[in-house]
Amino acid sequence: MTRIGVYVCHCGGNISDTVDVEEVAKFASRLPDVVVVRSISHMCSESGQKAIIDDVKEYKLDRVVVSACSPQFQGSTFEKALIKAGLNPKMVEMANIREQSAWPHYELPDEATEKAKVLTAMAVEKIRRTKPVERETIKIGKNVLVIGGGIAGIQASLDLANAGFNVYLVEEKPTIGGHMAQLSRTFPTEDCASCILSPKMADAADHPNIHLLTYSEILDISGSVGNFKVRIKQKPRYVDPDKCTACGECEKVCPVSVPDEFNLGMTKRKAIYLPASTAVPHSYLIDENACLGIVPLRCGLCEQVCEANAINYDDMPKYINLDIDTIIVATGFDIFDARLKPQYGYGRFQNVITALELERLIVEEAEGHFIRPIGKDIAFIQCVGSRDKQVGNLYCSRICCMYATKLASLLKRADPSRDVYIFYTDLRAYGKGFEEYYRRAQELGVKFIRGRPGELHEDPKTKKVIVRVEDTLTRKIIEKKFDLVVLSVGLVPSKGTLKIAEMLKLPRSSDGFLKEAHPKFRPVDTPVEGVFVAGTAQGPKDIPDTVAQASAAAARAMAIMNRGELELSPIKAIVDESKCDGCGECVEHCPVDAIKLNGKASINAAVCKGCGACIGYCPRDAIDLKLFSNDEIMAEIEAAVKDKKEGEHRILIFADDMCTYTLADGVGTAKLKYPTDTFIIRVPSSSRVTAKMMLKAFELGADGIFLGECEEAVSPYPGTIEAIKYNVEKAREALKNAGISPERIQYSTFVTVMFQKFVKIANKMHEIAEKEGEIEKEKRMRLGKIEVIE
Amino acid sequence: MSYYHIEEEENELLKKVQEISGEVVTLCEQCGICTTSCPMADEMDITPAGIMQAVKIGDKKVLESKAIWLCASCFTCTVRCPRGIDLAKVTEALRQIRLRKNEDHIDLKKVKEEEKEEDLPPIALVSSLRKFTG
Repeated sequence: MTRIGVYVCHCGGNISDTVDVEEVAKFASRLPDVVVVRSISHMCSESGQKAIIDDVKEYKLDRVVVSACSPQFQGSTFEKALIKAGLNPKMVEMANIREQSAWPHYELPDEATEKAKVLTAMAVEKIRRTKPVERETIKIGKNVLVIGGGIAGIQASLDLANAGFNVYLVEEKPTIGGHMAQLSRTFPTEDCASCILSPKMADAADHPNIHLLTYSEILDISGSVGNFKVRIKQKPRYVDPDKCTACGECEKVCPVSVPDEFNLGMTKRKAIYLPASTAVPHSYLIDENACLGIVPLRCGLCEQVCEANAINYDDMPKYINLDIDTIIVATGFDIFDARLKPQYGYGRFQNVITALELERLIVEEAEGHFIRPIGKDIAFIQCVGSRDKQVGNLYCSRICCMYATKLASLLKRADPSRDVYIFYTDLRAYGKGFEEYYRRAQELGVKFIRGRPGELHEDPKTKKVIVRVEDTLTRKIIEKKFDLVVLSVGLVPSKGTLKIAEMLKLPRSSDGFLKEAHPKFRPVDTPVEGVFVAGTAQGPKDIPDTVAQASAAAARAMAIMNRGELELSPIKAIVDESKCDGCGECVEHCPVDAIKLNGKASINAAVCKGCGACIGYCPRDAIDLKLFSNDEIMAEIEAAVKDKKEGEHRILIFADDMCTYTLADGVGTAKLKYPTDTFIIRVPSSSRVTAKMMLKAFELGADGIFLGECEEAVSPYPGTIEAIKYNVEKAREALKNAGISPERIQYSTFVTVMFQKFVKIANKMHEIAEKEGEIEKEKRMRLGKIEVIE
Repeated sequence: MSYYHIEEEENELLKKVQEISGEVVTLCEQCGICTTSCPMADEMDITPAGIMQAVKIGDKKVLESKAIWLCASCFTCTVRCPRGIDLAKVTEALRQIRLRKNEDHIDLKKVKEEEKEEDLPPIALVSSLRKFTG
């Protein structure tokens, strides 16, 4: 026996102009366990909250129902009031009679009042069964793993290390610095890229709180926030970086030459090499695949000349195990493989290169290393591998317009007699100082032509590249021979990003880059708790944006670690061990891998996101969801359908909290009308609504059920749609067997602005109920007897 | 000065072309890749990208152009369009609008026998009449 206080809010006329609040209050007073009922002008006001606090004391209330507005709007207000009253904050339930009744049904006051009564009854029945939840926390230390040593990883590491956190910075290449270390200058300021980057690289290497692990590969990550177990393999360098003085004598005697990756294969390096002139750690290493000395037939020349005795042919890989609390993924990008656009002849025509290759040519030439001529007539072709449906990359790579403008400016300034063209479609100069930089390039004489060539040809004699392009502003076809054509290649997710995404089960957006937990409000969080993303792993961006995002990710990681403990959302799946037989169905279908099988299913609360997708798969009804338990939801369903009058319908809409529920609030706020027989039940994710639940609802009197879920791209619970399909199919099958139209169960996905879609669906569900007519009692009874086949 | 003529009333041409072709012509971003992919562009009185722009704007003069008959239906534009528009279908839709009015681009009876046998490659005849009208 619980003691419930019900508070019906007028909302200063917003509710009471349509709904007869006194009638609702009178109705509520007859509901079970209700001890006190009040109707108050503004429940959210001080006096409204005080009424609750006073009543809790006077009437010894242990639960509260507020019939007012959306719990998303004022839920936390009343939770706080309950804490003040000395109750568990989760012991309040809101009946949303404003957004779901007074507003959408403002033209039908009688129906709106009836609906408000039912919504209130649903809330009372639910809260009667709500069990208090304890605040759950996990301990969290100060160890953070930063994956990727580009500018994003370096910046995040420095921020964290300076704040006193213990950073493990892991880089797969033998030096940190990433792509930025390869660039000539940065737009729009034209600072020398390596000049501004090198001090940061040195800082990262020297920082007492940063453990730099270069030439290292992440083998495995398991566990969850506060308790990640990371296994790392550090590859052998065969040169001791502490002894190596980078004198370069070894390089001179090494007989093996291979393409130099840092210069994208345009130059050669030796098997023993310094990965970049600004490499950090500043040490040589031996490429074991190229070296003659590692294989039994020993060469040993480098060892003979190394005065520092730094060379060790017996070097072995090191395996490192780390206990990590949070992770920042800064795995960067790869450039688009221009060979995938064969019409541009990259790899076949000697004078077609990529922009990154041009960066290296400019840097090397400035340092006095002549690699190849750049020439006088130079063309840039934009959007190679970006905004191109033919290669499957619909996104804009964001940096190419400006890097082409920069490279063109640098070339033009170095030799004003050069004729430099940029062939573009849309020139995007969106950033700070970009438009001014674009203008300066035009002043320098760089020719921006609006049109991109269909294909390139090579003059067989001169090897010049023939560009034919329609200037789409003048509708004239331009034909010109160029000494060099530079492809402004786009950015694609790096191989490392894909690998880490798989390892950590990080979802990716449709462009292939890592998906944020929320595109607007949690832009550096991933949906996996304690894992953050920085830089181009999340999507193409320039250096300032990358650095800003890296600092943001570091701050987010600090925010968790600084407290020493992490409060978990109370909404979690729980297993009733007395029912679980360890079949493992739930383990297989958990979208976030939160369930392990130790004889019986056990749920890792730090990983579980509380979607409830596992529940429908359990053949023994052993799983439940805290705060949205089977009991609570069944009670809501029963209250929604039971006192149905003749000729009335009851349509239940299960609305996921993030999208569908918010959408329904929006529809109500916009006063868009939909049938009054629609009753919304709030759930974290519609995947927690099992087939059994749906069938029970029909048995009790429901005429239609709709499940709404977030669209995958914005969903906090990716991967739940499978469970929804599974539950719906099962329930439909059972309806069919009972002679009831399976059409009565529908589902769809939403984002919060699909107002018309929501209204259309509410109408459609009503029409189906209308068309099919009342379900015979006998058929409903039959549903209760059907064994749901698992 | 040549210019597009924009109909004041409903944009019938765009609607009709999109209906016949099933392609969304308004997706065209005027990059011009189709034009310099087209083996016939040099002979055309309006470039492929120009055709797309004319349809988008609703300029019915494009129906009178030679270009739509010079299209060899080689599909190079289609496979290269970065927006994924099937330009060959759009051009076919323009021809269809003409053909449905029983207007053939050439009258076979007026083509001299000698021309047919000597100068005129058979493919040219086919392409001037019905392309992938099937």
